[in-house]
Amino acid sequence: MSRTFEVAPGDAVHPGDPVIVDRYTTGARINHWITAASLVLLALSGLALFHPRLFFLTSLFGGGSTTRMIHPWIGVVLFFSFLGLFFRFWKLNLWKREDGTWMARLRDVLTAHDEKLPEVGKYNAGQKLVFWLMSVLIIVLIASGLVIWQEYFAQYTTVEQKRIAVLVHAIAAIVIICVWIVHVYAAIWVRGTISAMTRGKVTGGWAWRHHRRWLKELVTGKT
Amino acid sequence: MFPPIANPKAEAITPKFGEQDLIRRSASSITPAAKRQTEVAKLIDVSKCIGCKACQVACLEWNNLIEEVGINVGVYENPHDLTPNTWTLMRYTEWENPESGNLEWLIRKDGCMHCEDPGCLKACPAPGAIVQYSNGIVDFVKDNCIGCGYCVKGCPFNIPRISKVDHKAYKCTLCSDRVAVGQGPACQKACPTQAIVFGTKDEMKQWADKRIKDLKSRGYQNAGLYDPPGVGGTHVMYVLQHADKPQLYAGLPDNPAISPIVELWKGLTKYAGLTAIGAFAAIGFLHHIVSGANRVSDEDERNAKRLAGGSTK
Ligand code: HEM
Ligand code: SF4
Ligand code: SF4
Repeated sequence: MSRTFEVAPGDAVHPGDPVIVDRYTTGARINHWITAASLVLLALSGLALFHPRLFFLTSLFGGGSTTRMIHPWIGVVLFFSFLGLFFRFWKLNLWKREDGTWMARLRDVLTAHDEKLPEVGKYNAGQKLVFWLMSVLIIVLIASGLVIWQEYFAQYTTVEQKRIAVLVHAIAAIVIICVWIVHVYAAIWVRGTISAMTRGKVTGGWAWRHHRRWLKELVTGKT
Repeated sequence: MFPPIANPKAEAITPKFGEQDLIRRSASSITPAAKRQTEVAKLIDVSKCIGCKACQVACLEWNNLIEEVGINVGVYENPHDLTPNTWTLMRYTEWENPESGNLEWLIRKDGCMHCEDPGCLKACPAPGAIVQYSNGIVDFVKDNCIGCGYCVKGCPFNIPRISKVDHKAYKCTLCSDRVAVGQGPACQKACPTQAIVFGTKDEMKQWADKRIKDLKSRGYQNAGLYDPPGVGGTHVMYVLQHADKPQLYAGLPDNPAISPIVELWKGLTKYAGLTAIGAFAAIGFLHHIVSGANRVSDEDERNAKRLAGGSTK
C-alpha cells in the first residue's frame, strides 16, 4: 500500500528521455486560463477606474461606460471559474508540516538552492499561499464588488456601507494584483513550469527538482 | 424684500463663465482659473417657506424633467426621495418645540449644496464628469459620466442619483445655464415668498444676517446660517430657525465633511496601491537579473529517469 496523498486524478509518469509527467488535465487547463484571462481583464478594467492616470485603459473596453458595465460581469465569470479551480485543487493545497520548513528556508528558495529544501508534494508552500490568498481575496472582491455594483445592487445598502465596500474592494484588488505578480513571476523564473499549464506536462527533471515527493508518489503509486 | 433679478433682454447673451473658469475637474489635473469670479450663492430661508413646492415644479419645468407618477403613502414628500429627475425635494418635519410647546413645521428644500470642497468631485473617476466653476457652481457633465456611482459615495449630503435609463448621474446644477446669462435659478424665480433668493455669496450672507436678526427678535434665539465649514462652506445656504440642531431638518448633517473613508480611498490607497504594484514588479525584475533563471539540470533529468525507469515499465 503506497501513500498517494499528493497525486491528483490525471497525474501520470511516462518513462522516456526525458521522463514526461502529466500535471494538469485539459479540463483543469481550460479552467485555469479562463480564470487567468478574467483576472487580467478585471485588473485592467478595475485599474482604469482606480487612478486617473490609468483611465486611458478604458479604451481597451470600448470607453468608460462599457468598462464600468463590463467589469462586474467579468468578476462573476472569475468567481465561478475560480470556484472550479478551488474544487480541483484545494485538497493538495492543505498545509503540511514540511510547508513550514519550506517557508523558513525562503532564502534558499530565492537563491535556487532547491537541494536544501524539504521534498514537497504537488504544491510547495509558496504555491499553497498563492492558492489560499487568491481564494480569500476573490471572496472579498465579489462580496465588496456586489455592494458597489450600482446598476443592480445600489438599493440594498447604505451610502456608508458602499464607502467601506469600495475601499475594501480597492485594497483587495491591489493585494490580489501583487499576489498575481508573484504567481506569474514564479512560473517564469522556475523554468519548465509554464508547460504545465500550456501542454499539461512537465519533464521528470522538473518534477524531481521541485516536487520530488509528488514524483515519487506517482512512481511508487503505479507499482 | 430682496431686489428681484430683472428679466433677461431679448437678444442673445454670451455666457459669463465656461470651460476657462474651472477651478476643479474630476480625475484631471488642471491649472485652476487664475482669477476667481465672484462667488454666487442661493439662500434658502426655511422660516419663510410655506411648502408650496413651486420650486420643485419650476425645476422640472426648466430642466425638462418628468417625474413618474408615484404612490401616496400619506406623507407630504412627493416623490419620496430625490431621483434622477427630481433634483430638489421639499422635506417636511413636524417638531414639537420642548421650550415653547409649539408644533413647528420645518420644511427644507433638499438638493445639491454646491460645496466649496465637493466630495462628489473628489470621488469621481471619470475625467471631466464633474466640474467646479470659479463662481462655486458644481456641475455634472453628462457626456463624460460613466455611471459608476462613486459620486454617491463621495457626497456628504446624499445628493447624486444615477439614472436607470441612461446610467448617468444627476443632481441640481444651480441652473448654471441660467446663471451664465445673468439669471437666477428657476426655483428662486418661482418662489412666491422669497424664501429662496440668489446673488453673490457675500450678498446672501448679508441678507441672511438680516433675516437671522429678525428671527431672533421673534424669539428664535438659535436662528442662524447653515454654511458648513467642514466642506469649505457651500453655495447653497440655509437660514435655520434652530441652527444649533440642523439634524431636525429631515436629517441635515450637523457637521458635514467628506467621509474619512472616502479620503482614505482617494488618498493613501491610490499612492500606496500603485507603489505596491510597482514594487512587486520591480522586485521580480531585479530578482531575475541577480539570481538568473532557476533551471532544471541534466542531473535532475537523470535522477528522474532513474526513479521512473527503475519502477515503471
Ligand atoms: C469578483 C468579482 C468582482 C466584482 C463583482 C467587481 C465589481 C466591481 C465594481 C462594481 C466596481 C465599480 C466600478 C464598476 O461599476 O465597474 C469595481 C471597481 C474595481 N475593481 Fe472590481 N469587481 C470584482 C473583481 C475584481 C478583481 C479580481 C479585481 C482586481 C484584479 C478588481 C479590481 C477593481 C478595481 C481596481 C476597481 C476600482 C476601485 C477604485 O476605483 O478604487 N475587481 N469592481
Ligand atoms: S456616476 Fe458620478 S462618479 Fe461616476 S462618472 Fe458619473 S459623475 Fe462621476
Ligand atoms: S452636495 Fe454632494 S453633490 Fe452637491 S456639490 Fe456637495 S458633494 Fe457634490
